[in-house]
Amino acid sequence: MLHIDTWKRALIWLVCLAGLVFAMPNVFYTKVEGHNDALAAIEKTGETPDLREKAGQWPEWLPSNLVNLGLDLRGGAHLLAEVQVQEVYQTRMDALWPVVRDALKGDRDTIGGVQRVNAPEGELQVRIGKPEGIEQALATVRGLAEPIQSLSTPGAKDIEASANGDVISIRLTEAEKLASDDRTVRQALEIIRRRIDAVGTREPTIQRQGDNRILIQVPGVGSATELKSIIGTTARLTFNPVVSRGSDPDARAGVGNAVIPSMDEQGLYYTIETSPVVSGDELVDAQPSFDQNGRPAVSFRFDTTGARKFGDYTRDNIGQPFAIVLDNEVISAPVIQSHIPGGSGIITGNFTVEESTNLAVLLRAGALPAELNFLEERTIGPELGQDSIEAGKVATAVAFAAVLLFMFLSYGLFGLFANIALILNIVLMFAALSVLGATLTLPGIAGIVLTVGMAVDANVLIFERIREELKTAKGPARAITLGYERALSAIIDANITTFITAVILFVMGSGPVRGFAITLGLGILTSVFTAIFVTRLMIVIWFERRRPKTIEV
Amino acid sequence: MRLRLVPDDTKIDFFGRWKLWFGISLVLIVLSFISFGVRGLNYGIDFRGGTTIRTESTQEMDVGAYRDALSGLGLGDVLISEVFDPSFRADQHVAMIRIQAQDDEEAVTSELIQQVEEALKTVAPDIKFVSVESVGPKVSGELIWTAVQAVALAIGAVLIYVWLRFEWQFAVGAVVALIHDVVLTIGIFSELQIKFDLAIIAALLTIVGYSLNDTVVVFDRVRENLRKFKKTPLKEVLNLSINETLSRTTMTSLTTLLALIALIVLGGDVIRGFVFAMIWGIVVGTYSSIFIASPVLLFLGVKRDWSKPDNNAGNQFANIDA
Repeated sequence: MLHIDTWKRALIWLVCLAGLVFAMPNVFYTKVEGHNDALAAIEKTGETPDLREKAGQWPEWLPSNLVNLGLDLRGGAHLLAEVQVQEVYQTRMDALWPVVRDALKGDRDTIGGVQRVNAPEGELQVRIGKPEGIEQALATVRGLAEPIQSLSTPGAKDIEASANGDVISIRLTEAEKLASDDRTVRQALEIIRRRIDAVGTREPTIQRQGDNRILIQVPGVGSATELKSIIGTTARLTFNPVVSRGSDPDARAGVGNAVIPSMDEQGLYYTIETSPVVSGDELVDAQPSFDQNGRPAVSFRFDTTGARKFGDYTRDNIGQPFAIVLDNEVISAPVIQSHIPGGSGIITGNFTVEESTNLAVLLRAGALPAELNFLEERTIGPELGQDSIEAGKVATAVAFAAVLLFMFLSYGLFGLFANIALILNIVLMFAALSVLGATLTLPGIAGIVLTVGMAVDANVLIFERIREELKTAKGPARAITLGYERALSAIIDANITTFITAVILFVMGSGPVRGFAITLGLGILTSVFTAIFVTRLMIVIWFERRRPKTIEV
Repeated sequence: MRLRLVPDDTKIDFFGRWKLWFGISLVLIVLSFISFGVRGLNYGIDFRGGTTIRTESTQEMDVGAYRDALSGLGLGDVLISEVFDPSFRADQHVAMIRIQAQDDEEAVTSELIQQVEEALKTVAPDIKFVSVESVGPKVSGELIWTAVQAVALAIGAVLIYVWLRFEWQFAVGAVVALIHDVVLTIGIFSELQIKFDLAIIAALLTIVGYSLNDTVVVFDRVRENLRKFKKTPLKEVLNLSINETLSRTTMTSLTTLLALIALIVLGGDVIRGFVFAMIWGIVVGTYSSIFIASPVLLFLGVKRDWSKPDNNAGNQFANIDA
């Protein structure tokens, strides 16, 4: 009647034991955290006696997974950025112009001279000298299109061109725009990750969200503003030919040119060609350094293609100025003194040492392909997090004690069994949270407290049912068996419905809400396990030893 | 000696005054709608965009001085309130400052936050900015929509689940009770003007889960009793089922409430609104599973013969027994 197979018993105890082992590191949180950090540091930078000592704080053979604390408990910064993917279209068109120009040069006899004309954002328009040659020019431009890798539209090309009179309009195809958006966001994600890693904080979360958004959570950063200044700078470096310089910001720039301000000198504006000679993508290295006068500067080196382009340009334009442009400001516009074949150089400007170091970091990490718009930003100070943890601890302890006492008063010995199961339930929850690497948030703590309240529900259902069965059944053993059997359907139904809502919360929610969904969902699983298996096992063992003639529940 | 909240064999007639209970609920629902229409919800920045800044200072705080300091910045609608909590230290003075959204897409700019921080430092030099949160209107609009979807989806999902496990009448009863709970919760939030943010949506969904939990336990007993007492009128079967599960209902509600009360008193002000929503939801949810869900079942009527599923085509799920 009251019988549980030995292998089942072993399995139940094993699960509980595993729970205890895996939950334990959380009791020694600071120690284990120090150990984990030290291990990570050793992996990265090599061993030092100090790190080894820290790593030795926690034995290697014990599990060292901890529950991650969410930003609201630990403090830190949270940003939701939207990548302005359409900016890339224009950049692509600017880069395409020299290519189109050179390609059309070969057809000079049939199409005449070519000229770039004003075009809407994201489009390149070229006027040709002889309108009758438009078909030829169109064919040449279309010949520049390259196939793209696309599953949805096989055979798609990256650009499309159309003719109107003597003007050819070139733009990206829809398929290429989609592919480009995806590339842009992935590139931005990678660059943000590199920049944050360079600053070196613990466990940042950097995730893509939806089509063109990136979620960034960094614990331990002072404020979202600080984080924004690290990742928000585009750091797009280009070397452009200079057309003229002047003091009028509204000067007529001409087609394919732009007027941009100087970084150091107020009121000085440069007119530059928007198609760059070389850009920061072609850098292989950038280091903070000093110029011959001992002022902070940044030295850089181009890759092979960049070096060739830079070399060719300096060879052909000796005596001309060219502009070093960073994020639409001219850092400096030196005059080319001689052919620079090696592909390395130095950027001087009015930098402080810190600025030159930062610029070198940004250049090394690469430029963000497009600007970021920050849609959401949150800073939580570490004090607030600490206060919340303290309050949460006290509240959970009190809630726990109250429920334990209440259960014991209501069900006596059986209540005691339920209480042991309840404690195991919390242990299992923490073990599961640690192993899954889940994040505990403030609403998550509320989820635990709620689980404490609701975990007893399964036991209450069973105990109430046993009470009822005692009135009619023959003997206590039969009553216990029936109680468990008949309460089961209610327990399953009730918990599945709550579980459904937890899953929906997890899927639809974000941040703290998701943290709540995780603890609620895990709490349901562990509470059903402890109520159905653990308390039952305890009751069965007790029953086998005592063989009571009557029981009181 | 055992603590008994409910005597062993209660024979309370829960349906004798169903008109009264329905009346009360109906009045409360109407009041909720009126309150929602007239006062509206006090949306947090999650749902309407804007910035909240939580400050902490050791000096007595003077809301007026804070307001004066910020009035020169041209921020539009600024709301400043002092926060009190038993867990604060004696010299811990906390304020929440809410600033309306400044842009129609992006969150707040760094310069603006800096301006605000500098302005407040002139009033309280030791002021600390323990949290700064800003949500752009673009995201907040989406968040509202996701929240509505989540609640609707949750209700829809449980409707289907209960329908599969029981019968459609049960599902309707459960969902009427759920909607009752959600409406009353939104009603009290708009009436008391408690901040309504994303966490409250989580609380709402938990209420949905909890209320259903309660309802399902009663229904489970109803199903069992319908099999046992084939000739007894439905009303008596329902009454019997509620009475039999009454002890469990009060026990579970009470333990959960005990835990939540500990949290609302000691858990700090940050999650107080969230916990309040849950406490309210559990009270309302317990009430509705007895006084709303079951009467609805009574009116809709229900198939009586559960022993022979073949007689009723289309009820193949009705006899699943775990």
